[in-house]
Amino acid sequence: MTLYLLAILFTALSGVPGLFMQKHGARFAAVLMVASTMLGICAAAYVLFGGAGASLLLPGTSLIAWGLVSFDPIAAFFLVPVLLLSATASIYGIGYWDDHQEGARKVRVFLGLMAAFLALLVGATHAFVFLLAWEGMALMAFILVMTEDREPETRRAAWIYLVCTHTGTMLLLGAFAIMAGATGSFTFSALPIGFASSEKGTAMFVLFLLGFGFKAGMLPFHFWLPPAHAAAPSHVSSVMSGILIKMGILGFVRLASWVPDPPVWWGGTLLVLGAISGIMGVALALGQHDLKRLLAYHSIENIGIILLGLGLGLIGKSTGQSALQVLGFAGALLHVLNHSLFKGLLFLAAGSVVHATGTRDLERMGGLGRLMPKTAAAFLVGAWAICGLPPLNGFVSEWLIYLGAFQGLAMTRWWFSLITLGALAVIGALALACFAKAYGVVFQGEPRSDEAARAHESPSTMLAPMGILASACIGIGLAPGLLATPLNRVVATLSSAGQVLPSLGSLASLSWLTVMAIPLLLLGLLLWKWAAPKTWVKQQPTWGCGYLAPSARMQYTASSFADGLVQGMIWVLWPKIQGGRVRGYFPFPRRFQSHLPDPVLDRVVSPGLRGTAFLLSGLRFLQAGHLSIYLMYVLLTLLTLLIWMVV
Amino acid sequence: MYHDILITLMVLTNFTLVATSRIHKSIQVAAFQGVLLGLLPLTLGLGFHIHILLMATAAVVVKGWFIPFLLRRALTKVHIHREVHPYIGYTVLLMLCAFGTGMSIVLAHNLPLKPGGPFALFVPAALATLFTGFLLLVSRRKAITQVVGYLVLENGIYLFGLMLIEDMPILVETGVLLDLFVGIFVMGIVINHISVAFDSMDTRQLAELKD
Repeated sequence: MTLYLLAILFTALSGVPGLFMQKHGARFAAVLMVASTMLGICAAAYVLFGGAGASLLLPGTSLIAWGLVSFDPIAAFFLVPVLLLSATASIYGIGYWDDHQEGARKVRVFLGLMAAFLALLVGATHAFVFLLAWEGMALMAFILVMTEDREPETRRAAWIYLVCTHTGTMLLLGAFAIMAGATGSFTFSALPIGFASSEKGTAMFVLFLLGFGFKAGMLPFHFWLPPAHAAAPSHVSSVMSGILIKMGILGFVRLASWVPDPPVWWGGTLLVLGAISGIMGVALALGQHDLKRLLAYHSIENIGIILLGLGLGLIGKSTGQSALQVLGFAGALLHVLNHSLFKGLLFLAAGSVVHATGTRDLERMGGLGRLMPKTAAAFLVGAWAICGLPPLNGFVSEWLIYLGAFQGLAMTRWWFSLITLGALAVIGALALACFAKAYGVVFQGEPRSDEAARAHESPSTMLAPMGILASACIGIGLAPGLLATPLNRVVATLSSAGQVLPSLGSLASLSWLTVMAIPLLLLGLLLWKWAAPKTWVKQQPTWGCGYLAPSARMQYTASSFADGLVQGMIWVLWPKIQGGRVRGYFPFPRRFQSHLPDPVLDRVVSPGLRGTAFLLSGLRFLQAGHLSIYLMYVLLTLLTLLIWMVV
Repeated sequence: MYHDILITLMVLTNFTLVATSRIHKSIQVAAFQGVLLGLLPLTLGLGFHIHILLMATAAVVVKGWFIPFLLRRALTKVHIHREVHPYIGYTVLLMLCAFGTGMSIVLAHNLPLKPGGPFALFVPAALATLFTGFLLLVSRRKAITQVVGYLVLENGIYLFGLMLIEDMPILVETGVLLDLFVGIFVMGIVINHISVAFDSMDTRQLAELKD
C-alpha cells in the first residue's frame, strides 16, 4: 500500500521539477516515472502473487469506515499497464517532444498528473474518489489533447472529447446514486442479491453501460476517440489508447465484482456491443488514410474483443458455468494488459514515423523500412501481436476467449458463443488485412514523398521504450503460464461469495503455448533469413515489375490496397468517393479522392447537433440585448415561482 | 404601532418613486425610504441593544445619505434631470404598482409563513417594494434611475431580512454591507463604463453588445 501511494506521488510530481530546470527536465521526469513504475510493479506483483491487499485508512477521522482507496487484485492488475505505459511514454517524450517544442513542460506536467489520476482511479473503492480520479484523468487528457492548439482540427477533437467525457461522468453520477441507494453507502461493496434483476438494477446497468462505454470507446459511443487520438502527441496517444480507455473496462470489471447475480441479458448486451464494436472498428480502420486514426479505430476493435470476453464471463457468472466465467474474464483481463502493451508500442512507433516524416498521411509515406529499420521492426512486432497471431501475446488472450466460446457452445444459450466465435474470426481476418496495408504502405515500397525519402531513424530514447514494450509482448507470448496465478487471483475477486472456480491452468494449457511458441518463433526467424535479400540481388525499385520507367506513383496506395474490402462492405461503411474511372485510350488527367467518414460522428452526431442548433435559433429573439427585458424575465420568473408556491 | 406607520409610509414612497419623472426627486424619495427602513428596527420593541442601534445607524447612513450622495454626485457630472421616455408610461406604471401591491398582499396571505408577531405587514410590504424595484428597473432607460431601482429592490430584500433580525442579526448586518457593495459597484462600473464607452448614459446603447 505504501509503495502504491508512493508511486502515485512520484508520478504526480514527475513533471514538476522540469518546470524549474533549463534543460534535462524531461530526463528528470522520466527517471521519476521509472522509479514510480518500479515501486508500483513491486507492489502489484506482491498482491497478484498471493500477498494480501490493503486499504487506505485515515486514523483519527471519520473516513476510517469509508474505505476510500484499497489496493486489491483488480487495482494491482490494472496498475501494471498504467505505470508501464506512463513510464515508457515519459522516456519516449525525451526525444519526441523535447524542450525546443512549445508546450513541452506542460505536456510533462500533465502527463504525470494524468498517470497519477489513473493510478488513483484503479484503486478507488469509494464513489467519490472514483469520480474525482475519473474527472481528473479526463481533464488532464483534455489538456494533453489540446497540446497543439493552433490547429483547428485539434481544438475540435479536444472539445468533442470534453463533451463526451462529461456526458459519461454525468451518467456515472446517476449510476452511483442508484447503487448507493441499494447498498446504503458510497463505498463500493457487493450489491444485495436480487437487486440486479429489479427495475432500479436495470437503470443502474444501463447508466453504467453508457458511462463506461463512452470512456471505453464502445460503439456507438466511440466517436470522440479517433480524432482525439490522432490529435494528441503520439506518446500521449499511446497512454490514452493503452490505458485511459481501459478505465471504462475497469468500470465494467468492478461492476462484475459487485453484482452477485447478473441477469443473462447484461452479459449478452456487452457481448453483442463488443461484437459490433470489434467488427465496425476494424472495418472503419481499413479505410483510414491517417496512421494514427487507423490505430485509434483498432483500439475500438480491441475494446470490442475485451467486451466479448467480459460478456462471456458475465454470462458464465449468471448461468453458473464456471469454466465460461473463468475463461471469459481471464481472456478479457489479459487482453486489457496485452492491448495496452502492443497498442502503446504501435502508437510509439507511429509517433516515430510521424517525427521522421512530419506527416500522418499514409499516402505520403513508404519505403521507411530501409531508413528506420528498428522502428519498422517494433511496428511489425506490434502489428503481429494486434492481429492475434501466434506466438505473440495478442494470440494468448484471444485464444482464451475462443476457448471460452467453445465451452459455451455446449450450453443452452449457445448462440452467444456463436456470435463471439464469428465476430472474433471476422475481426482477426480484417485486422490482418488492415495491418498488412499499414505496414506495407508505411515501411515497404518506395517513398511517396520527399519527406519520406529524407526520413531518419529515431534517437535511442525513443527506441528504448519501444524495445521494452516489444519484449513484453514477446515475453507474454512465449511464457503466458507466468500470468496464470495473477489472472486466477483477479478472476477470483469477480466470483460470487462461496463460489469455487477452476483454475485457469486446468482449463487452458498455457505451458503448451510456450512449447508451441518457441519453434514457431524459430521458424519465423528462419523464414526472415530466407526471405532477406541476398547479396546478388540487384537493387531495384520495389514493384518495378519490369517497367522501363517505374515511379513511386505506380505503387499500391493505402486506398487502393484496402479498396477491395471497403467496396465489399460499402453498405455499412458508406465511403465518400469523388472522381471517376479512367476511360478511353488517351485519357485526360483525372482526380480521385476517397474518404471514410465516421458513421456516428459525421453522419449522426454532427448533423443532429447542427439541426438542434437550427431549431433553437428560433429562440434567439429572447436575447433582445436590453437589460430591462432581461430584468423583466427575472421578474416574471419570480412572480411565477411565487404564484406556483401559493397555488 | 410605529412600525406599521413606517411600513405604510414605505409603501407610499413606492408609489411616489414609480410616478416621478425628475431624477433628483426620485433619489430624494429613495433616500427617504432608506431612512424609514433604517428606523424600522428601533420600533420593533426589541430594546435599544447596541447591536440594533448600530445597525439602524448604519442603515440610515448608508441608505439615507451615502448612496444618495454618490448618486447626486454622478448626476451633477452627467447633466440629466429627467427620465424623458420611459419604456412604460407613468400612468400605466402607477397602475401596475398598485396591482403589484395588491397582489403581494394576496400572496403574502397565502404564503406558508410563521403567523403572528409584529410582522403582519412585513411580507406584503417587502414583496411590494421588491416588485416596485423591478418595475423601476424594467421601465427606466437611464442608468442612474436603474440604480435607484436596484436600491429599491435592495430595500425590499432588507425589509424581508428584518424579520430574521432576532434569530440571525449577522445576516441582516451583512445585508447592509451588501447595500454598500451594490452602491459602489453599480455606480462605479455601470455608470462610468456606460458613459465612457458610449458617451451616453442611455442603456439602450447596450443593446449593441448582443451577439
